[in-house]
Amino acid sequence: MLKITFIQHDGETIETEVEPGMSIMQAAIENLVEGIEGECGGSGSCATCHCYLSEQWSDKVTQPDNNESQMLEMVNDTTAFSRLSCQVKITKEHNGLSVTLPESQY
Amino acid sequence: MKRCIIVGGGHAGAEAAFELRKKGWQGEIVLISAESYLPYHRPPISKTYLTGETPLKRLYIKPAAAYEKANICIKLTTKVVDIKPLEHTVTLDSGELLTYDKLILCTGCSSRKLTVPGAELDNVFSIRTLDDIEHIARTLGSNQPPKHIVMIGGGYIGLETAASFKKLGHHVTILERSSRILNRIAAEPIAAHITKLHQAQGVNIFTDKSVTALTGEHAVQAVYCSEGESFKADIVVIGVGAEPNTCLANYAGLQTKQGRIEVNQQGKTSVPDIYAAGDCTIGIEPFSGQNTTLESVPSAVQQAKMVAATICEVPQPQIQVPWFWSDIFDCKLQIAGLYQGYDTVIERVYNCDSKSYWYVKSHKIIAVTCINCPSDFQAGKKILKENITISLSELKNVVNPIIPNTSPVPA
Repeated sequence: MLKITFIQHDGETIETEVEPGMSIMQAAIENLVEGIEGECGGSGSCATCHCYLSEQWSDKVTQPDNNESQMLEMVNDTTAFSRLSCQVKITKEHNGLSVTLPESQY
Repeated sequence: MKRCIIVGGGHAGAEAAFELRKKGWQGEIVLISAESYLPYHRPPISKTYLTGETPLKRLYIKPAAAYEKANICIKLTTKVVDIKPLEHTVTLDSGELLTYDKLILCTGCSSRKLTVPGAELDNVFSIRTLDDIEHIARTLGSNQPPKHIVMIGGGYIGLETAASFKKLGHHVTILERSSRILNRIAAEPIAAHITKLHQAQGVNIFTDKSVTALTGEHAVQAVYCSEGESFKADIVVIGVGAEPNTCLANYAGLQTKQGRIEVNQQGKTSVPDIYAAGDCTIGIEPFSGQNTTLESVPSAVQQAKMVAATICEVPQPQIQVPWFWSDIFDCKLQIAGLYQGYDTVIERVYNCDSKSYWYVKSHKIIAVTCINCPSDFQAGKKILKENITISLSELKNVVNPIIPNTSPVPA
């Protein structure tokens, strides 16, 4: 199991343990972390699972594909570390990864 | 303690349950589903679930622990057989009687049956539920030689499922009754693009085919059409639309329209303390003002939020731009807005695989359909949501950004 930390917009921190192979979005849903909607179920179609990776982790995960980059273009409050959490797969190298969630997905 | 009963475990039912809790409902929440699974994401079942890429546990909208945490009592494999509005009771198929303070009907739709001789033969399936997919997967078997599969109906479900069958290596034929696929639900250029996509992958599409009979001894073997033409079939999948489940609504005496439960903009039905959300309803869609039903996940979720807000007496959720999506082979189709009533279509073409169609009514954009260009979809959604005025004459010119002062999209 891998430790993944979710940090809510208000600063609340939630430590979770997840199996490798799932996406950050799935990790949030399975661990009852609020703040990720994921309306399309993880197909990269809705951009309601926006999250920020911490700077140290942003280049240690698979980089966004063309679809994800385009979907992120019009999302509110994006930064250089913005990702769609359904598209970031957690692998065994990601123990200790931390993810911050935006104030709203809409 | 007060009790809210939700009938139906689809997207609307699950969302309503969690939203009630989130918005402050203090009483009991009982979610009743006829299916044996926790509420699951329906769109992937005919796609990545059928092809084996997504396991069952990744389909659930929420894990079992989430229901416990939110104190939602979920009754699976349970049917509501009657509603008595005056007594405020529902009767379950076990005979148990439950009282309610508030009742939300999220009964959804069932697959429309094909009424031709032979429709009851073995290996003839519909696609609506996980059980439907399980039956199909069992019949296909694993590591079996390719089968001949005939899809009846060229709507989204038929086309998406055909793509999955093709990915699994089967021989797939789509028979569509009208002169083109996606008739009435997508404009001509979209239908043409998706037809090409299927044909390139070896799916046969035949239009103007009216199915008259399915034949076979126990299991189906062939599909016959009106001009005597026949198609070999080991499996037939019927995708000819859906019928709203309004049986319970009728028992309860709810007002219906076009076979659906009429709801107002707060999700209330014509009977006090009974609400409805999702595909089984008809009402004013808040964004467009049209009296309609949008059979889509985002719409079901939004309606469930509206009902929860009404019941909890908190402000209604922000109005959302209606949107839809479909994944067919490697093609991502995304639609924002409602295109009905358009007078002009503007095409924005990046290349033959990536383009968008902008629907205009009285010089105003009302919808956009995007083929493999998510940024146009996102721009379209923003334009519609924020009522942004853009230059229509510049729209077809892909070197210019759609919304001024944003960077152009690398195709």
